[in-house]
Amino acid sequence: MNNTVVITGEFKRFIKFFRNELNPRGKWLTPFNVISIPIILLGIAILYVRFTQGLGSVTNLSQQFPWGFWIGFDVVTGVAFAGGAYVITFVVYVMRIEKYHSIVRVTVLNGLLAYIFYAGALVLDLGRPWHIVNPIIGNSFGFNSVLFLVSWHFLLYMIAEFVEFSPVIAEWAHWEKVRKFVSALTLGAVIFGITLSMLHQSGLGALFLMAKPKIHPLWYSEFIPLLFFVSSIFAGLSMIIFEGTISHKVFKNLIGEKSHYSYEEIILGLGKGAAITMFVYYFFQSLIFIHEERWTLINDFWGYWYLFEVIGFVLIPCFIFAYAVRNRSFGLIRIASVISLIGIILNRLNVSVIAFNWNAVNKYYPSWQEIIVTLMVIFSEIWVFRWIVVRMPVFSKTK
Amino acid sequence: MDRRNFLKTAVSIGAATLPFKELRAEEKGEKKEFYAVLVDTTRCIGCRSCEVACSEEHNLYIPDIEKDNALEIVRTTSEKQWTIVNRFETDKGQIFVKRQCMHCWQPACTAACLTNAMYKTKDGPVTWNGDKCMGCRYCMVSCPFDIPKFEYFDWNPKIQKCNMCFERLQQGKKPACVEACPTDALMFGMKRELLEIARHRVYNYPEKYVHKIYGEYEVGGTSWLYLSAVPFEQIGFRTDLGTTPYPEYTKEFLISVPLVLFAIPAFLLGLNLLTDRKKELSEKEGWKNE
Repeated sequence: MNNTVVITGEFKRFIKFFRNELNPRGKWLTPFNVISIPIILLGIAILYVRFTQGLGSVTNLSQQFPWGFWIGFDVVTGVAFAGGAYVITFVVYVMRIEKYHSIVRVTVLNGLLAYIFYAGALVLDLGRPWHIVNPIIGNSFGFNSVLFLVSWHFLLYMIAEFVEFSPVIAEWAHWEKVRKFVSALTLGAVIFGITLSMLHQSGLGALFLMAKPKIHPLWYSEFIPLLFFVSSIFAGLSMIIFEGTISHKVFKNLIGEKSHYSYEEIILGLGKGAAITMFVYYFFQSLIFIHEERWTLINDFWGYWYLFEVIGFVLIPCFIFAYAVRNRSFGLIRIASVISLIGIILNRLNVSVIAFNWNAVNKYYPSWQEIIVTLMVIFSEIWVFRWIVVRMPVFSKTK
Repeated sequence: MDRRNFLKTAVSIGAATLPFKELRAEEKGEKKEFYAVLVDTTRCIGCRSCEVACSEEHNLYIPDIEKDNALEIVRTTSEKQWTIVNRFETDKGQIFVKRQCMHCWQPACTAACLTNAMYKTKDGPVTWNGDKCMGCRYCMVSCPFDIPKFEYFDWNPKIQKCNMCFERLQQGKKPACVEACPTDALMFGMKRELLEIARHRVYNYPEKYVHKIYGEYEVGGTSWLYLSAVPFEQIGFRTDLGTTPYPEYTKEFLISVPLVLFAIPAFLLGLNLLTDRKKELSEKEGWKNE
């Protein structure tokens, strides 16, 4: 009896608190709002057309190109960018390197939101999304499907990341007991999350293993899963650097001076990690290149395009990272992170869209609606991210 | 028991179990025999009766074969037509080729499907179940023959592909296209029997056929088999698909998944305990104090 009273009382308090938190803070007419609001509204209108008249009414998808920009960029690239969360939780909770503790919360939040929005964008691409629960509950388990594995891992990983982030929510809502309880779950969630990440980052690559006759041989190899996994590590690290740079400008008042100083050391460490994993990735690419005697394929457009990606957007940023870390040049680290992010976009789009059915007569290009909806997804994610970091103790432990 | 005796017994036990195993394998193979169709392209006259019969059977778009001049271009199957006939100009004259789903022995589409909506029935036809499909189109990405087609302009889209007239087969009838064929270019039966017939034709008329049955080994073997007078790449077939069943390409990855799921958490937990610096320090302290 007493317990129920306490719980309902607490519940009422929280609802009031939550309502209060829903109110906007800060100015309304910021440049970001002015750009993002019309695009989000336009995106919603496009989605209305898409769900009433079919995918073909707004996308350039065809029978030859069943997967386009929404899968290739939103899902496949977006998930690679979200790789930072499992890398950082590994470093901090498993390897116990405390230096990176201050960026764990924001990285996990970024990872969680990226999965909710970018993996969630998958729903927009499904022809019959109301059957999305079929592989999860019911009797329709396609055990031998890579996509079955990937979808389960998306779901489980989102839960794991939510558990990792929940102490922040509990702190924000002043639930001390809940915070203690969920904090105790962190290590378990982290270990589970890293395992799931390894499997579904590589799984996204394994999706394309059966498309062997369709993908250009320079991008197809039996090692796609390994390449996707290794590249997700430096994709994640570069994303943390890139995103951190922006956050430190936009949310300057939320981040204290002291953490600003150690932040430079963090950036250097991340840059180092990126340089090493990029070199490993480049090494794997070279091994595959030699093993499959790919030099016979190098002397045409696709060959140059391949070299452009692997040398221009892997090897060069790898060297820039290494040079910048040695010389403590933060500007160069940021430039290198942007180049490697573009490299990841190139690589994922090459495998899933550009070098897919490379010899097709009618090539696929995303329609403007596809791009608007993608922007809508990105902007909505930033909106939620901003809402959370302004209210919850994401950058600092105590409010 | 000395070593020689042990080896003898081991070998004889092994030898004794061998024939049993073989016998069982044979039984299994017998049960798994699939329905098949043999397409003899040298007999096809391009009348397109099969196209009409198919569309009538499955309530699809019925082509106007008298007027639409569809043979002028090389077509693919579509979300409106599960089967089409193409015309090819070759050094042996005009050749007509009917195309539809090949009904692979180990289909890529069913291995790709995460909801079992794409399903190979025990008799061989590969069918689609709309109650399960979520429209992810991974089957389209995976199919080496580009057969599954998607209704892009429908709010409730279906995957459209030949189902080998699965319902008719259950009633003991032939597929609609086979029944409609006026020249016996299409022949329905058990795959093993049809392979015999196909081989017989190739051996007896080497001047008429190329020495190949398309579908015998392609992607691990398909239920639709083709005979041709000219090399198959001249009549629109891909001959670079290999003989490996496509699900094999993802098998290694899928097998590694449970291993990773068990091994990696144990490894990470171990790493976590090993790096416990605080504990290490306190233990050192304790040792000093003693």
